Amino acid sequence: MTTAIAVSHGGHGVPPIPSMEGPAPKRIVVSFGFWIFLLSDIVMFSAIFATYAVLARATAGGPTGAQLFHLTTVGVETTCLLLSTFTCGLMSLAINLGRRGATYLGGAVTFLLGAVFLTLEIREFAAMFAEGATPQRSAFLSGFFTLVGCHGLHVAIGLIWLTVMMVQVASKGFSPFVHHRLLCFSLFWHALDIIWVALFSIVYLMGAR
Amino acid sequence: MLGKLSWSAVPINEPIDMIASCLMILAIVGILIGITVKGHWPYLWREWLTSVDHKRIGVMYCLLAMVMLLRGFTDAIMMRAQQAFAVGGAQGYLPAEHYDQVFSAHGTIMIFFVAMPFIVGLMNFAVPLQLGVRDVAFPTLNSISLWLAASGALLVNISLVIGNFARTGWFAYPPLSELRFSPDVGVDYYLWALQISGVGTLLGGVNLVTTILKLRAPGMSYMRMPMFCWTALASNLLIVAAFPVLTAAFAMLLLDRYLGFHFFTVGHGGNMMMYVNLFWVWGHPEVYILILPPFGVFSEVTATFSGKPLFGYRSMVAATLAICVLSFMVWLHHFFTMGAGANVNAVFGIVSMVIAVPTGVKIFNWLFTMYGGRVRFAVPILWTIGFMITFAIGGATGVLLAIPPVDFIVHDTVFLIAHFHNVIIAGVLFGAFAGYNYWFPKAFGFTLDEGWGKAAFWCWLIGFYLAFMPLYWLGLEGMPRRMQHYQEVGWQPWLMVAGAGAVVILAGIACQIIQLAVSIRTRDRRRDTTGDPWNGRTLEWATPSPPPMWNFAELPQVEGEDAFWQMKQLARDGKLRAAVPPAYRAIEMPKNSPTGFITAFFAVVTGFALIWHIWWMAGLGLLGAFATTLVFAWRDVAEAEIPAEVVAQFYEAHPVETLR
Repeated sequence: MTTAIAVSHGGHGVPPIPSMEGPAPKRIVVSFGFWIFLLSDIVMFSAIFATYAVLARATAGGPTGAQLFHLTTVGVETTCLLLSTFTCGLMSLAINLGRRGATYLGGAVTFLLGAVFLTLEIREFAAMFAEGATPQRSAFLSGFFTLVGCHGLHVAIGLIWLTVMMVQVASKGFSPFVHHRLLCFSLFWHALDIIWVALFSIVYLMGAR
Repeated sequence: MLGKLSWSAVPINEPIDMIASCLMILAIVGILIGITVKGHWPYLWREWLTSVDHKRIGVMYCLLAMVMLLRGFTDAIMMRAQQAFAVGGAQGYLPAEHYDQVFSAHGTIMIFFVAMPFIVGLMNFAVPLQLGVRDVAFPTLNSISLWLAASGALLVNISLVIGNFARTGWFAYPPLSELRFSPDVGVDYYLWALQISGVGTLLGGVNLVTTILKLRAPGMSYMRMPMFCWTALASNLLIVAAFPVLTAAFAMLLLDRYLGFHFFTVGHGGNMMMYVNLFWVWGHPEVYILILPPFGVFSEVTATFSGKPLFGYRSMVAATLAICVLSFMVWLHHFFTMGAGANVNAVFGIVSMVIAVPTGVKIFNWLFTMYGGRVRFAVPILWTIGFMITFAIGGATGVLLAIPPVDFIVHDTVFLIAHFHNVIIAGVLFGAFAGYNYWFPKAFGFTLDEGWGKAAFWCWLIGFYLAFMPLYWLGLEGMPRRMQHYQEVGWQPWLMVAGAGAVVILAGIACQIIQLAVSIRTRDRRRDTTGDPWNGRTLEWATPSPPPMWNFAELPQVEGEDAFWQMKQLARDGKLRAAVPPAYRAIEMPKNSPTGFITAFFAVVTGFALIWHIWWMAGLGLLGAFATTLVFAWRDVAEAEIPAEVVAQFYEAHPVETLR
């Protein structure tokens, strides 16, 4: 456009409307977009949740949740995941202060807690497989392994992502790119927690009775 | 080593398949050789395949849709030909197992690879221009979305040559789609093609929602956005909320088929109706994902060609959002016969009827926009008027189908086929064609031929009525859908009329191809030098045609609805203060990236490997995609600066008359 249009604004003292201020800065755009993506991920989980809820009693003569779930293990898993969210938050603070050492520490502890969570979950699955409670046994178990496994897969992806990000911090420092991605990672990690809280309540607490 | 893949996967013994495959391969090889001989590869790679420019991506989406329309229409005319003759003793020319693939492929292709890419393409092209910004929120992601959609389309076409496609209908209901009843690769082609393109669609939705909500020119508040942006926002919100459900449903069916899970199987507690529910929890919003952007196109076209602001802008916004919300509350009307009970059916029936209210609001708004206006009957408005009349009929039969007792009678008959073609062809496709004729000069800098465009419109309109009105009647007579062969001789005359209708539509498609060819040949006579060939109202017309990569040298300051119209009024009255001589600044634009194209390559490899159980290849494909992501994540410079002199040179070569 050849003309820079500059028609004067009327009405002095009228506060600007936020939606009229023009394009948002990159940082806002990236995190907002990632939030939208996370919402879509939560919608996907809700579809799996709905299916699980429908199939929860369809045990086809196989083992039920009450026979399979050990709340102690799951309690430890939950503690690990919730603590890892806390350390992830501490990592975000370190990132905002631009402290590399503290960022590595926060990242390492978060990774460790996530890895413990995943290990416990895999052991839980292995024990169930050993008892013959495989996803092929009944619709209930298909739903269970898919729902919990899908969350576990997300945690695993999160761990890979976290590792990549730590390498990026080491090689690139806190460039704007790295900064935005770390922001997205922490959103992702917290969202996994939200899903786990629903999962823990609906699958384990309600299913163990 | 090669999983289930062997030479028997090539359909040597099926002449129709072989001819179609050979033609397709010849066409593709011919195009590739042509490009190589003319040495166009560097240009194509640099300017198109790796482009992250939303306008180019939009154009490529539309091109994909048009090519796939030819494929989907071939399926359609094959079915019409079969049904016109396969009565009584005559079996027609398509064996049942082939006919089943044809109708499954037709539905899948038309919804996922024609309607979707067409509207996504139009949104990609027009929305950032209308918002007065330089690109979408995530340009590289946009390119990834495009190429994932193309990957899905490619896999569906590969199924023509290697193996076979699903015989389950386009929604692949279990238990028929389970391994036990569909043991070959057909359903796997369907599932992986749609999973891959579905990821692309979802990412595209995230991208456009973020763009519309976070990137608008200064002064463009929500209630100043052009109507097309509103409908695009509603449509993309629906994509974000609905496509994950489809992904989940398909993932469960894949687990059933690949790992022996029991989500939807017969026995072991599986519940097939769960799939049907999930499918339509996506499927019903999907029809509004498809129809809302065309509603936006019609709004722009009616206002522009009537020379008036859109009547009832606010009620239009409200109606759009009402449809957006209601679309999630009606999915059960796709299977009233499930047996959910009278009360449940009544609730869903009533909500389904309620959707007709905001849609009616829209129709009246368009009519009142035209009322008292000086309507110019150019091609886009012809499609719009054809839409309004025809869509009203489709809406009325939709309300009829929303009444559960009526639905029980016409469920799964060709009445339903007539209804949804009535709304999808007359709504989505007519809207896409209106948008294509409307924005073509903006995209390429010259207008499309009016005469051939009008001929195409009349062929499509008449062909549509001939092809589908008989199906309403046959549906009421009780003719089930998807019949490869029937005994009732009385149906044949109607099906012959329907077949003739398909031939008239074919003529319409031919007119469109001729229109494009003629317009390209005579482009020098039809150049759009003003940037504003239709006397438009929204900001895309404030740019030269075609717009430069950066769209706007300065982001426009928006002062009200119909921003460009206002600027023109001010300019006419001499109130627009233009900076003379204009001072151009350097512009940062995202750099091209092959990430999308390479990701899609690995997606095709992975999809193909999974379909044929070639596990090592699937692993390699995933690894390749991960490596591509890492390479992308390690780049340091995402943007390149366009120097101020280049910008200035461009505007010297392409002055925009209207703002001088």
